[in-house]
Order: sequence, then C-alpha cells, then structure tokens
Amino acid sequence: MKRRDFVQLTGLGIGGMLLPFPSMGNPTTIEAMLDTPLDIRQKKQLADVALNTAKSSGATYADIRIGRYLNQFISTRENKVQGIENSESFGTGIRVIVNGTWGFAATNDVTNDGVKKATLRAVAIAKANSKFQKEPVKLAPVKAFGEVVWNTPIQQNAFEVPVSEKVDLLLKANAGALQNGATFASSNLFMVNEQKYFASTDGSYIDQNIHRIWPTFNVSTIDKASGKFKARQALSAPMGMGYEYMVPKKEDKLQGPAGMVLYRNSYDIVEDATLAAKQAKEMITAKSVEPGKYDLVLEPNHLGLTIHESVGHPLELDRILGYEANYAGTSFATLDKLKSGTFNYGSKIVNIFADKTQPGSLGAVGYDDEGVQCKRWDLIRDGILVNFQAIRDQAHILGQNESHGCCYAQSWSDVQFQRMPNVSLAPGKEPYSIDQMIKDVEKGIYIAGRGSYSIDQQRYNFQFGGTVFYEIKNGAITGMLNDVAYQSNTQEFWNSCVKICDERDYRLFGSFFDGKGQPSQVSAVSHGSATARFNGVNVINTGRTI
Amino acid sequence: MAILSKEEARKILEKVLSFSKADGCEVNLNGSDGGNIRYARNSVSTSGEDSNISLAVQSYYGKKAGSATINEFDDASLEKVVRRAEELAKLAPENPEFMEPLGPQTYGPSKTWSEATAKITPDYRAQAAANSIGPASAKDITAAGFLEDNRGFTAMMNSKGLFAYNQSTNVDFTVTMRTNDGTGSGWVTRNFNDVSKLDTAEASKVAIDKALMSRNAKAIEPGKYTVILEPAAAGDLIGLMLFGMNARQADEGRSYLSKKGGGTKLNEKIVDERVNIYTDPQHDDVPASPWMPNGLARKKMDLIRGGVVKNLIYDRYWASQKNVEAVPLPGNRIMEGGSASLEDMIKDTKKGILVTRFWYIRAVDPQTLLYTGLTRDGTFYIENGVIKHPIKNFRFNESPVIMLNNLETLGKQVRVGGGGGPGGGGSSLIPYMKIRDFTFTSLSDAV
Repeated sequence: MKRRDFVQLTGLGIGGMLLPFPSMGNPTTIEAMLDTPLDIRQKKQLADVALNTAKSSGATYADIRIGRYLNQFISTRENKVQGIENSESFGTGIRVIVNGTWGFAATNDVTNDGVKKATLRAVAIAKANSKFQKEPVKLAPVKAFGEVVWNTPIQQNAFEVPVSEKVDLLLKANAGALQNGATFASSNLFMVNEQKYFASTDGSYIDQNIHRIWPTFNVSTIDKASGKFKARQALSAPMGMGYEYMVPKKEDKLQGPAGMVLYRNSYDIVEDATLAAKQAKEMITAKSVEPGKYDLVLEPNHLGLTIHESVGHPLELDRILGYEANYAGTSFATLDKLKSGTFNYGSKIVNIFADKTQPGSLGAVGYDDEGVQCKRWDLIRDGILVNFQAIRDQAHILGQNESHGCCYAQSWSDVQFQRMPNVSLAPGKEPYSIDQMIKDVEKGIYIAGRGSYSIDQQRYNFQFGGTVFYEIKNGAITGMLNDVAYQSNTQEFWNSCVKICDERDYRLFGSFFDGKGQPSQVSAVSHGSATARFNGVNVINTGRTI
Repeated sequence: MAILSKEEARKILEKVLSFSKADGCEVNLNGSDGGNIRYARNSVSTSGEDSNISLAVQSYYGKKAGSATINEFDDASLEKVVRRAEELAKLAPENPEFMEPLGPQTYGPSKTWSEATAKITPDYRAQAAANSIGPASAKDITAAGFLEDNRGFTAMMNSKGLFAYNQSTNVDFTVTMRTNDGTGSGWVTRNFNDVSKLDTAEASKVAIDKALMSRNAKAIEPGKYTVILEPAAAGDLIGLMLFGMNARQADEGRSYLSKKGGGTKLNEKIVDERVNIYTDPQHDDVPASPWMPNGLARKKMDLIRGGVVKNLIYDRYWASQKNVEAVPLPGNRIMEGGSASLEDMIKDTKKGILVTRFWYIRAVDPQTLLYTGLTRDGTFYIENGVIKHPIKNFRFNESPVIMLNNLETLGKQVRVGGGGGPGGGGSSLIPYMKIRDFTFTSLSDAV
C-alpha cells in the first residue's frame, strides 16, 4: 500500500510529507504473526557473522539490525468491512564504515550465507564511495550495553485481540455517526509491532519489541441541494500503546469548549464519531471566516502538528547541516543561532523539550537504531534556542560528545538516520484552564484537531488549517467557522505565545507517517502540549468556487 | 533470484495454483533489486542496495477471501502458503464488495525495461554523484543529490486463466545546488526507464545555473500574477487533480467532480478547451506497465479532451454497481503541449513569474481542490520578455481546476515524476505552461 492510498482511504492529512508507506510488508496470518521466527540466540549468532565478516573485510565499524515488522490494518465503511490486512516483513540490514565511509546493504535472506553476502555488498559499496569521500565519518562514543532487552510497556497486545472485536468497535463507530446525520462514515485501525534486534562492533546486543496503535475515522455529510460536502476526522492520537488505548476510561476524557470531548491516554471512538456527525452537519451552514488578525486558542491535538513542523523539523541537525537539502530542505535555525545563546525562538513562557522516554508516546524506545540509550533534553528554554537533535556521526559538530539517541530506520531494508524524537511544549506552570483561556480572549478562534499543513523548506513560513473551528467573541464561543487557515512565520508565531494551560490539559498528538530522507522513510513521533494562546495571528479565508 | 524470467515466473505460479482447493485463487509474484546513492555537502552521505522477492496468494470462498505470503519456493512451502490463505479465507468476514478474479486479458506490449538500467553498479552510482559534485565545487556551490535505480518484475496468475508478466527498470535523479553564501538555490529532476538517457553532469549544470541566478532575491508583493510553470511545478498540481478523478467519490457527492443536486461532471467541460490529457502505457517517452496489479489491462485512454472530462476511474466493484466497464488507474499521464520553448514563453511575457518547482503542496479544500504550497529553488521575475531578477519565494493558495481555466499558453513537454518500480511507469509528460491570475498569498524568507 502506498501512503498516498492510505491518505485517500482515511481522508486524512498526515504529518510530514507525501510518502509511500513501505513497511506494510507481505500478507500473513495472525498465528504466523504471533510466532517467533528466530530466537535471540540465533539472532546473536547471525549478528556475529555480520560483525566478523565486516571487520575481516576492513570495516572499522559495523552494525546489523534483524527486524520483523508486523502490521495489521482494518478498514471499514458504513456497515461493511473493506479490508483486514495482516502483514509481515522480515529481513536484515547491515551498515559498515570502511575508509571513513558508510556502506549499507539489506536482504530478506536471513541465513549465515545471506548475512555474509549482504555484509560484503555493504563493504563494496563503502569502498566504491570512499573514493569521493571528503568528510570521513566520526562517531561519538557509545556505551557497550552487552545483551539487553526493552519492550513497550503495553497492557494488551493489539495483535492478540480478536479481529472480530476490533471490527465490531469500528462498525459501532460508523453506526454512531450514521445515526446522527452523517452521509458516509469510514473508520480504520492501524497496529504496528516492530521486533528489532540490533548489534554493533561497539559491544551491544539489543532486543526490542515496540508497539503502536492508531484508530481513526472520516465522517462526512453531503448537502445535495447546495452540492456542499464537509468531513470531520477523528480527534484520536496515534499512540505508542497496546489495545488499552481503545478502551475508554473516564479519567482520560476532558470536556472542551462548545461540547467538545477531548481524549488523553484512552479513546472513545464511538462517542467521538457520534459527535463528529453532528459537527460535520453544522459545518455545512457554518459562517465563512472574515480574514484578519485573531488570537488563536490551539488545542493539543492541533498544536502538536504545528510543533512538529515549526520546531521538530527545523531543529534536526542533519537538515541544519545540509544533508536534507535536496529533499526536506535546510533550516532557518542555524549553528550560529544556537551558539549565540540568545536566539529568541519564542516568548519567555515557551519551553520545548525532546524526549524519547515519554510513556505512551510514539517515539519511546529503550535504545535507538544505532544502540544509543534514549533520554530527554531541552531544545528551547525560556524561549531561547539551546540544543538540536543529533546522532552519533553528528554530535561532534555540536561540540558534544554523545549522541541524543534519535537514529531510526523504518524497516530492516532501509538505512538508519537522524529522525525527530518526541518534541513537546511544557505546560504552563500556573493553574490555568481552557475555560479561563477562552474567557480572556476578545476576538479569537479556537482550533481543534489536525488539518491542512504546509511549511517552507527552511521552516519560516507556514499555513495550517484544523479539524473544527469556533469563533470566540468577548470571552465566549459564538459558533462554528468555516474556511479557516492561519499563516505565520515560525519565530514570530512562537513569540506571540502568551498563555499555556497547565498540566491538567497536557496531551499527546501523534504523527504516524512523518516523512524524511532519500529513499524516503516514515517514522512515528508524538508531540505533547497543553492548549496554548497565540496573539494576533493572520487568518485567511480559503473558500473558493470552481 | 530477485528477477525471474516470464517462464520461470509462470512455472512457479502454475505450481501454486495446482495446490488450490478453494472456489478460486489468485497469485502475485514480485521481485526487485534496487540501489541508490545520496550525497550532501559535496560528499557521499549514504548509499545502499536492497533485494526482495515475495509470493502472495489470495484464496476465496464465495465473498470471503484470505491472503498469505511466502518467500521460499520449494513445493512444500508453496503448498503451505496456499493452505494458509485458504484457512484465512474461511475465517474472514464476508466482503460484499469482493470481486472474483478477472479472466484472461489481452495486454499491449511492454516498453518499461532497459538493459542499461538493469546493469547499474555501485561504481556507476559513485561516478554519477562525482559528475554532479565536481562542477558544483568548482563554482563555490554545495551539491545535495540523490540517484535511485531499480529493476524488477511483477507476475500474476489466477484460477480464471489470467496470466500477466511485466518487467521494468527506472532511474530517478534529483539534485539541489546551493550557493555557499546561502542566498541562491537551484534544483533539477530527471527520470527515465533507460539510464543511458541520464547525464548527471548536464542536469547538474541546470541546477548550478539556477542557483547562481537566484542569488540575492528581491521581495515583491504577494497577489495574483501571470506565471510560467516549469513542468515539475505544473505536474505536481495536475497530478493531484487527476488523482481525484475517482468515479465512486464523484457519484457519492464528495469530489470536485460531483455536481450540485447529484451526478458527476463526466462529459462536462471543467477547464480550458486547450487542455488535453490522456494515458498510454505504450508511450515511448513515459512507458507504463500494460496492466494494473489486479490484472486489468491498461489502454490508451483520454482523461480530459478539449477541457471536457472523458473518463472517471471505476474500480471493478463500482463499475459493476454502475453497469459500466471498469476503468484502470492510469500508469502514466500525458498532457499535450505546444511548440513554444521556455525562452519563447519568457519572450512573450510582459510581466510575470517563472516558477521552477513547488514544495510542500497540501490540500486545503477538497470541494474546490484548493491546494497550498510554496515556490522553491529558483523563482524569477519576468518583465518585457526577459528575466529581470530573482524573487523571494511565495506561498500559493490555488486550485488546479481554476489554474487550468486561466491557461494562456502551452509549451514543450518534459518527462517528470516517476517512482516507477516493478509496477513500471508512474511518470508524466507535462508541458511548460503560462497561467494568468495565479494566487500567491504570502512571502517566505526561505532560500
């Protein structure tokens, strides 16, 4: 399945760029998915074949990843199941440094012979490229962890939940939407399990079992007379969790403005689909926005994507250095700005941190894909830019002597590189609720959920839409709005942040398919925040006729 | 063994089918070998190769279907995969939209394979990168580029007697050249089935020239401008419009091709009458696989002719509901052009903007097909028939439908896009085009 098909299927815009979703692998059965093709002893033995072959062929460093990537994707529309796909992708990728140059090769032939041949191919590639190498690779030191294990702390493995139970839940959500005035309702459930074994010549053998889940839907209403159609997408977040996310818990529900229900660590898909139908209907006749300057009140499931695009990506060191210049682009946040120690990324209340250990987040793992233990570090402190995101071969450029642990490959067949960790906005320190925030706004718009998003290649100019928009006048919500998008400049936007709700409102947003690199790879990442207010942002009207 | 010949593939597929006990069975066999090289900061950054082959079996009983896969090809493994698909089919819920496999089809010839591309080596890739980096460093420019090649095959067979085989190659090259003072950037893309048509030095020169020309851009006010879109820019927006030509969505009332009061805009004029877009898998410049992954034959077919929508894409289920023939997803797109060169088009422009490419295009409103995005890597102001100076990048908010109604001139065609892979094709032939009243809504400082 191509990511583009997936986007069409769900009717969603998804974080990052338009990319294929390549790790869908091959169809398989549930029983086969729950099998283990190789035990840890066999993996270690195969790893040693690669590491020894590499060393004896002249490599100064080598690592091997033996990966098994399981996916289950259930799609439904109205009262029908449209697809149940179980897929598995199994193979190994070997990376070497020869003559100061990287080489990589991957194969699905996970035998001693297959591993040996792939290692030799990786060595040959490194040698061919080293003729033109001008910047020999320098790796930051890493601790040898020996044989270690890390698993996502799930309560219920989603792959073990009977498909019929999952299908029933999705169909119930569709029915809830249809009974409440929706013309069409489709829903999907994505489950991912990465079983990754990593070993390197630095002395680590790391076995990890990682789970992610994403329920989502698209509810639409069509007004035949006017020919208008409107859709409302789910306010769920993809999470680094098991099936427990699908079991609604009272303590995870928050009452939002205008009857909205917002979700934290569990999700009520039936309730959200029911509300979505009512909101989609309301959108048909909602007022078209008057363009101009507004104070924006941005809900975490919306703000997460803005953080992703305007903070997460610009602070990737590989972009800053030019490694992504031909695709994702470079960054306005240069090394000079970091070194100055005075670059005002945002207002004084803006504190943004990277964290690969946050429970429930999509980016949480024990070790990254080059064997570095994961951690938390600050990116923006009191509005000032203080750090970037780096991996082993980049840390020296920052004058730092350890990697931040954010190296990732989407599958065994892709080479690992620097990927965004979870990047989150710290909640406000003073008690402050959404209700209080809205009460304080004279002329504003409350925006919830992800929508259209676009940003330039150096991350200055952006335009964002949303899922639902409500007008705020003199401290109260007055009704729904249509055709809203805001345009701003990253530094100007974050400096217009005047208030952030407290930790009671802190929630995770997630991007399941963030794209970067050539060949392009996806990764999943979360962004936490509490509802925040941004003053005087330029809003445009996107209504047109064709 | 990633690339099997037609006869090798047929033999394996026949063997698999011989094990089937279900109402029916369809088998897909795919393999590919790929390689790539990536460079940045005038040096190679990553490079790799990968190889994969897989066999997928779909068995069905009535409207219950199940799939399973394997990558071992001995008899026992082949029988095991069939049994597994059958077990899964028995357990599956009934899918009312399930369609039985197609019977035998007649396919046109395939033009998607090139021996030269299939023979690419790591040394070739390293040299191709060096040919791009060398001229850049000589001009105080930093190159970041990517070359990716692939050879592969796809084959399928089913219990209704259909057999299909195709092999294809593809090579895709892009490079971004940035001046070392950080004020200029240029880009170029090349995509071919046959690598002998690729010259990375020639392509890189185009990007280097653009980088040098685009230094110290001036800001001009956002607004509506006449634009000359290079094929890479126009192709992105037109591709999105064509991708939205799904019949079911239009019938259901949730497409830009749905009509007020019901029905679709099939056979209605939606854009300027000079717009003619068709698909043709046998086209020499942008060949595509002559069949879709479900076996449906691709043929030469109009999508838009004289500005009128001539075909919508019907999957087999929706076609059966509407009593029409299924219409396959096009494997390529060809938009007819004119004879004008880019230079001629610039010469004929009193006041306008030349756009090299667009970036980060995202849907804003599916009802009107409004998209937003930005210009990138070479945006120039034209006055009285000459390029006056580079300008800062703009954000646009525009619909390809509105854009193709505001058509002024069509120029020569260029092959763009790609992502061919084993399925073959996926490329487009798009002309340079001049459009009036293109809507730019804000300025960007990005270079």
